[in-house]
Amino acid sequence: MPGADKEADLTERIEAFLADLKRGGCGTGPIRGSGETARETTALLRKVTAQARWSSAGDLMEIIRKEGRRMTAAQPSETTVGNMVLRVLKIIREEYARSRGSSEETDQQESLHKLLTSGGLSEENFRQHFVHLKANVIEAINELLTELDGTTDNIAMQALEHIHSNEVIMTVGRSRTVEAFLKDAARKRKFHVIVAECAPFCQGHEMATNLSKASIETTVIADAAIFAVMSRVNKVIIGTQTVLANGGLRAVNGTHTVALAARHHSTPLIVCAPMFKLSPQFPNEEDTFHKFVSPHEVLPFTEGEILSKVNVHCPVFDYVPPELITLFISNIGGNAPSYIYRLMSELYHPEDHDL
Amino acid sequence: NEGKELSKEEKQRLRKQKKQQKKQKERKNEKSETEKEKTPVSLLPPPRPVATQKAPSALPAPASAPIPVPASAPFHSSPAPSPADKPAKSKAELKAERRARQETDRAAKQPGSSSSGIKTKVPLSELNPVVKRLPEHVQVDDPAVVKRLAKKLERQQIPLRSDYGYKVSLFSHLHQYSRKAPLTQQLSIPSTVIHPSIVRLGLQYSQGIVAGSNARSVALLHAFKQVIRDYTTPPNEELSRDLVNKLKPYISFLNQCRPLSASMGNAIKYIKKEISNIPSQCKEEEAKTKLLTCIDRYIEEKIVLAAKAISKYAIEKISDGDVILVYGCSSLVNNILCEAFEKSRKFRVIVVDSRPRLEGREALRRLVQRGISCTYVLISALSYILPEVSKVFLGAHALLANGYVMSRVGTSQIALVARTFNVPVLVCCETYKFCEKVQTDSFVSNELDDPDDLMVTRKGKTQLENWQDVSSLGLLNLVYDVTPPDFVDLVITDLGMIPCTSVPVVLRVKNLDQ
Repeated sequence: MPGADKEADLTERIEAFLADLKRGGCGTGPIRGSGETARETTALLRKVTAQARWSSAGDLMEIIRKEGRRMTAAQPSETTVGNMVLRVLKIIREEYARSRGSSEETDQQESLHKLLTSGGLSEENFRQHFVHLKANVIEAINELLTELDGTTDNIAMQALEHIHSNEVIMTVGRSRTVEAFLKDAARKRKFHVIVAECAPFCQGHEMATNLSKASIETTVIADAAIFAVMSRVNKVIIGTQTVLANGGLRAVNGTHTVALAARHHSTPLIVCAPMFKLSPQFPNEEDTFHKFVSPHEVLPFTEGEILSKVNVHCPVFDYVPPELITLFISNIGGNAPSYIYRLMSELYHPEDHDL
Repeated sequence: NEGKELSKEEKQRLRKQKKQQKKQKERKNEKSETEKEKTPVSLLPPPRPVATQKAPSALPAPASAPIPVPASAPFHSSPAPSPADKPAKSKAELKAERRARQETDRAAKQPGSSSSGIKTKVPLSELNPVVKRLPEHVQVDDPAVVKRLAKKLERQQIPLRSDYGYKVSLFSHLHQYSRKAPLTQQLSIPSTVIHPSIVRLGLQYSQGIVAGSNARSVALLHAFKQVIRDYTTPPNEELSRDLVNKLKPYISFLNQCRPLSASMGNAIKYIKKEISNIPSQCKEEEAKTKLLTCIDRYIEEKIVLAAKAISKYAIEKISDGDVILVYGCSSLVNNILCEAFEKSRKFRVIVVDSRPRLEGREALRRLVQRGISCTYVLISALSYILPEVSKVFLGAHALLANGYVMSRVGTSQIALVARTFNVPVLVCCETYKFCEKVQTDSFVSNELDDPDDLMVTRKGKTQLENWQDVSSLGLLNLVYDVTPPDFVDLVITDLGMIPCTSVPVVLRVKNLDQ
């Protein structure tokens, strides 16, 4: 039966995706960048919407939530997956509300007035069946996909507003967004870039080779020299893995040092992060926030006898508090860290925050 | 002793006078007399009988008048010019000279030290331009300085080491050498100019086999002891002067191999002083044994005993249950931790390390051998590990006169992040590493290590393999950085526990002692 084939195909794709996510837990980072992960997740969710059997919006949301939980459990640190699931859920709610005819705004905002007049929790149970809901949802997801495709270009287009000639810019590790940002500015302006190599995986080296191929004057420094050279740096532009709900960052390790050094020299810290990296999570306690990888990158097995007597840590992420950040540049423009909570309420519905 | 010092000062002064008089002669031919009158005022020499005898003979003008102030001689010898105010000026000049002479006499009568007696006779206008000449190794971008150095090395028959690789523009004033091209490859075997133990030492420095401030100083002093043992005074020469001249090419050679550290500089100053203080009637064997005991005493006092004193103070600061963070491999800090462990303090250590030197592994080995429980992280994981830490102990390469701490690159970062987490930072440093330099950033005076060290091969691929071919790519491997004094809470020295800003006080006390 063609239906069964399609279903098998779908489950196969989901399994392959989950396996990729699980394997991406090693230190060098996920196998694909966050943008690709986001696109892959959204495409899978679109397929699920198209092929799964559901009659009302509530059923669809249940199915998506189930798949979403499986995907986030495969790699909890990869927050883009969870973010995309939440976006799709929000899309479903919006389309349902539009089909029902009620305006979207009143449903979203929880005001005291609403609580008092409606007399308790909202009665939405998403049980009504609408014929065109499926088509509308799929169309909206396609729009989301096009938005995802253009995020890097949207951010890169803003580069000339922020970089002037003869600047010295510092960056840490490797971020595809920042690379595109700098390459776009380099078409018209001449500036220097200092890349901190970000041990132990030294992804800064790859970033430096890519930038120098675009004829940007690049210098690679060791992590230990970040504070030493910061006095000559005009701007710090970094990428991040996740933007947390309070405006803080979960970024590659070493970023907190860069942020502190920038604050000491009053250098602006600019974070280039597309909107799909914005997560409704707040920074957790230490044991759930951090992710560790094999310490043999830090102290290799060749060190021999002392290995058994020593504790070695290799954390992957750093928390950067929002006070150290000057500006977020995303595909919808520039924002201060204090505005992030507003953006979140536009992207995700508060009831979906815990999958 | 005094006579010799006098003659050196005299010679310097005479040289200056000769130069000035040459200038005066030129001006005399071109310009009016008024300018010449002005210059003698600045030329007031001390009223020493020796000077007055020698100086007039150096004068071009036929000054025969036995005037105690020879500088006024050219004035007197010049043909009587017409301006009417000239006699008035001469009177004013003579008055000024008399006044200056009185001042210097008064100063001489004061109970100052014998050496300062000479200094106080130097006229005030000459006191100001005591600008130390900039060392060559921070002026690489000035071709005149580089040429001068090359000539000096040629005279001393030492090969010149060439720079390697593309230098980042911010550091174009510093040398950047490659470890694969040691200086000794350009030396002939056997080298007649440089003592073999110095050659070996230079090679150990440039390859990084002997590293660390204390280790380098001790190795240097031992090499000098060997040099002194093998030294014989040539005929018609004095040991005190000739030995110092013999040491100069060695020091240039070592400088070429790896720029001298502040501690080595202080040690060399001490040795030179000791050598020149040897009385001329001292027999050679006696002089040599005296020098050897001096060097041994220096090592014993300034390094070994100082380490014991610092450990004693530092152990007071370590309490049970402490989690201590150390960075890199400082022999002094390792010593402190081992001693504290012997005294049965219960603590654990976190060793922070950084690429490309990875010196922390050596410290880790030493501490683990003693049985101290250790944790090991890289410097990028600092923000993760700092909430567990109760104290930070750092070593120093040198302490600068404005309170900044010069140490291995990365130290300032650790101090910065520790301050953010409110963890106390203690710097341990012996007093012989204090130096008169002042510095506010890590650029003007630093050392650039081999840039190829930054390359790393992971999974068989070296990202930066052909960095030399890419014109816009540069690698920067800094060795030192400076930490501002507001990040440091306490400095533990052999004189006690002082704040960072008291370094110039200690320097002044040391200078008065000497």
